[in-house]
Formats: sequence, structure tokens, C-alpha cells
Amino acid sequence: MKLITAIIQPDRLDHVREALIQADITRITVSRVAGHGRQEDIEYYRGQKIAPSLLPKVRLDIAVNDQFVNITVDTIIKAAKHDQGEIGDGKIFITPMEECIRIRTNERGGSAI
Amino acid sequence: MVKKISTSLLLVMAATMIHGTGWAAEAVTTDTGTTSWMLTSTALVLLMVPGLAMFYGGLVRTKNVIGTMMHSFAAMVVIGVLWPTIGYSLSFGPGILGGFIGWDPRYFMLQGIDDTIMPTHIPEYVFAMFQGKFAIITPALIAGAFAERVNFKGYLVFIALWSLLVYSPICHWVWAADGFLFNLGPKGAIDFAGGTVVHISSGVTALVAALFLGARRGYPKNVMHPSNLVMTMMGAGLLWVGWFGFNAGSAIASNLDTARALTVTQMAAAAGAFTWMIIEFLHHGKGTSLGVASGILAGLVAITPAAGVVQPAGAFALGAIASVICYLAIMLKGKLGYDDSLDAFGVHGVGGIVGALALTFFIRPSWMAEAAGKVAGGWTVMQQLGVQATAVGITVAYASVVSLLLLFIVEKTIGLRIGENDEMSGLDHSMHGEQGYGLINPN
Repeated sequence: MKLITAIIQPDRLDHVREALIQADITRITVSRVAGHGRQEDIEYYRGQKIAPSLLPKVRLDIAVNDQFVNITVDTIIKAAKHDQGEIGDGKIFITPMEECIRIRTNERGGSAI
Repeated sequence: MVKKISTSLLLVMAATMIHGTGWAAEAVTTDTGTTSWMLTSTALVLLMVPGLAMFYGGLVRTKNVIGTMMHSFAAMVVIGVLWPTIGYSLSFGPGILGGFIGWDPRYFMLQGIDDTIMPTHIPEYVFAMFQGKFAIITPALIAGAFAERVNFKGYLVFIALWSLLVYSPICHWVWAADGFLFNLGPKGAIDFAGGTVVHISSGVTALVAALFLGARRGYPKNVMHPSNLVMTMMGAGLLWVGWFGFNAGSAIASNLDTARALTVTQMAAAAGAFTWMIIEFLHHGKGTSLGVASGILAGLVAITPAAGVVQPAGAFALGAIASVICYLAIMLKGKLGYDDSLDAFGVHGVGGIVGALALTFFIRPSWMAEAAGKVAGGWTVMQQLGVQATAVGITVAYASVVSLLLLFIVEKTIGLRIGENDEMSGLDHSMHGEQGYGLINPN
């Protein structure tokens, strides 16, 4: 089991979500987070160009069984990318996952995902 | 050369001054009480626009909140510029083109009303600004029908054209002293504060626009939850408060008529909300905040044309009837499957038509007696209903045909429906490069 954490641009959330559902990855958790990589985003505020220090991002947490890792990652990459790829499109982290428990049934392991 | 110009300028100025004095000589005096109330009403009606922005903004998804609130604010900006320039003249100038629309060069940039005190004892500036707020809120109402999927630039052009070619003519027919609907029947078609001019015209246009532009991506399969019902509730509250200026200001007085309008406005809003809540209790077992907000609006919309002629019992009835019929209309929308996103037609169009027609059965007896006294052979409720139906029919037909034409032109030139990619990203990002909510509501 792996935990896939993806940090993407907020405006690509619906694209990624729909692509994942198409690929049969339907169990996801989404949160709004702030952060920055090497990106220098320029936003307009009262007509002034400003570069905010922390930028809004969307974080997806998806727990998957090992055979679904590649399809999940490929789908996110394809849907989260702006055109040919822009700085700030985001990152994906994959971490090994020790256990998964469904609260309702107390099921454990791969079948609980 | 310079001297020549300044001489001619002086001459022109002198001529204008003589002209001006001529007007001042026949002028009536200002009544401070009426003027104060009309100034207050003018401000109250403007308050409805940010109220509408909050109402609509809370109902859309997180990614579209700024785009949607901007639709209301853009109306303040665009119509705010257009109205004093030519809108007031087109609406309230003496009829031209066979009474199709008004025009008076004196009203261009409001230059001719600098000294004018109207027979209602208020400066004409106050009247022009009061009416300007109505012109602002009307196109903003339409935006509810095509929320979450229109191009901002296309929208700007559309509301500008719509205001000039749909709002101004209808306003002229219904409210100008020489408008043909104003003079239909012994005492005119009854539209006290904008049932036809504001709500039916915008509501019908909303329906046409929703059909023309098509549904939002994913509608109705995907559930599209309101981003912030708290903001919607505050918006509905501001609309209710502002409506006292809208209706009680439309008497252009500060007297018994004002008091009557204020009372029935309050009662219809409460009756509408009450009825909607009861329907929801019976239908779903729970009373929702959005239901209460919708009921308030249905009641307010229905009483708008009627506020000058019905008594409190009639106001109760109109509020209740409007809520029942609007509720049914919104259920029917679900069955028919068109995407009037925020029910601009379902509440404003339907509620406006219900109010404009049903008010006939609740007119106070003294009004009917006065109307009967003006024509030989008397005047019956059914005859007035005919007048009301004519006004409604003409408004519906004119607004839908011209709006469809304008939608088509704007769609083909600037583009009104945004592309799929922009729609998925949300209006806030794709149209404005901003975002509404900070870190809340991932949707």
C-alpha cells in the first residue's frame, strides 16, 4: 500500500479529480494548503503586481494498493499540467503506508482502501 | 482666435443661463421631507446590489464566487456610467419613434436638470439617481441564470446593450408619463415598483439566456453545492432591507402611499418566507436557509408591482401564492432539465408574473372606484386583469425576442459562453486571476 500525496494548482483541481474518477480512482481527500516551490506567481492586487510569499495550492491524499500507483500518478501528471508544463504545476510524493483501517467495519489492509 | 472662441462660449453660456432662468421661474419648491426619504430610498436600492452579489456569490461554487459577485458589481460600474449618459434620457425623455423609446437631448449627461424641481417636490437629480439604481439591479438579476459559465467581457457588453435596448424601452412604456402601458385603461397598467420593468424583463431574459447558453458542465449529474450559505443569508437580508427603498420609495412621496407600500412589502416578504418554510416542512421535513431566503425573495418580487394598490391581506395572499408557484416552477425546472443556475427566472420571472397578474384580485376598493369613475360603464376586475395581462405579455414577448438577438450577437462577436477549460478552472481564476476564499472549501 502506498500513500500518494500530490500538491497541485487550485485551478487544475477539477481536471485532476475528473481524470481520476475516469481512471476509477474515486477515493480521495482534498485540502487547501499554502506553500511555494521555485514558482514566482504574480497576482494583481488593486492594480499592483505583487508576489505573495505563500501561494494557495491544493493537496490530494490518495491511498492506493501497489498495482494502482502508476495509473494514479500518470493520471495526476497528465491532468495537473498546464499545457506543456509550467513552473508551479506541483509535485507528487509517494510514501509507503503501514496500515489502512475502515472505521465503519474495522477492516484492515488492502481491502479497506 | 482665442478671443473669438471665448466670446462665442460666453454667448452660449448666456443663452443657457437665460434658458435656465426660464425653467427656474416655473419650478415648484423642494419638499425637504419627501426629498430626504427619496435620498434614503436611493441609497437603500443601491444597497440591494451588493446584497444580490452576496446572495448569488454564496450560491455558486468556491471557484466562481468572485466572478459571480463581479456580475453584480459590473452592473454598478457599467450601468452607473450608461444611465446618466443616455439611459435616463432613453427611459424618461418624451417618446420618440412612435413612443418606442424616450429621448431628450437635455437629459444627455443630465445636463438639463441642474435646476429642475419636479412636481413631486424633489429635485430631478434625486429621481434620476433613484431610477438609476433600478436600472443597475435589473441586468444584475439576469446573471443568476448563467452563473459559473460566462465570459466577463461578453457579459459587460451584453448588459450594456440589454440596458439600452430592453430595459429603457420597457421602462419608458410602463413608467414614463407618455408611455403607452402607463396610459392603458383608465388608470394604466399597474406596476408600482417594477414587476414588469425589473423582474419580468430580467426573469424572462434569464430563462432565454439559460436556454441559449446551455447548462453548466456536469449539470444536472454533478451536485453543485453552494459555497457559502451564510453569505447568501446576509445577502437575502440586505435585499429585504433594500426593498423598502425599492417599493416604499416608488411612491416618489413621503406620505400615506409610502406607508402603505412599506407595510405590504414587509408583510409579503414574511408571508412568502413563511409559506416556503411550511412547504419544505411538508415536502422534506426540514426547513432550509435557502428555502427561507427564496421565500423572502418570492414574496418581495410578487409585491413589487402591487405595493401601491393592495391592502395587507392582499399582501399576505400574494406572498403566499408567489412562494407556492415559484416552488413549483423550480421543481419543474428540475424535470425539464434547463440550467437556470440560481433561479433568476424561477423566482424573478415567475414571481413577477404572478404578482403582476394576481394583484388584480386584491386591489383596494377605492382604487377600483376611482378607475370606474374615469370610464363610462364602470371598470371591472377582469378588465384590469386584461390590462395587466397585456403589459405582462408585451414585456415577456419583447424581452425574450430582443434578448435572444443580443445573446446571439454577443456570442458570435465577443463570446459569452466560456470554454470547457476555463469553466473547470472557475471564473475567479480564468476571468479575473483572483480567488475569493482563502483556504476554505476545497471545491
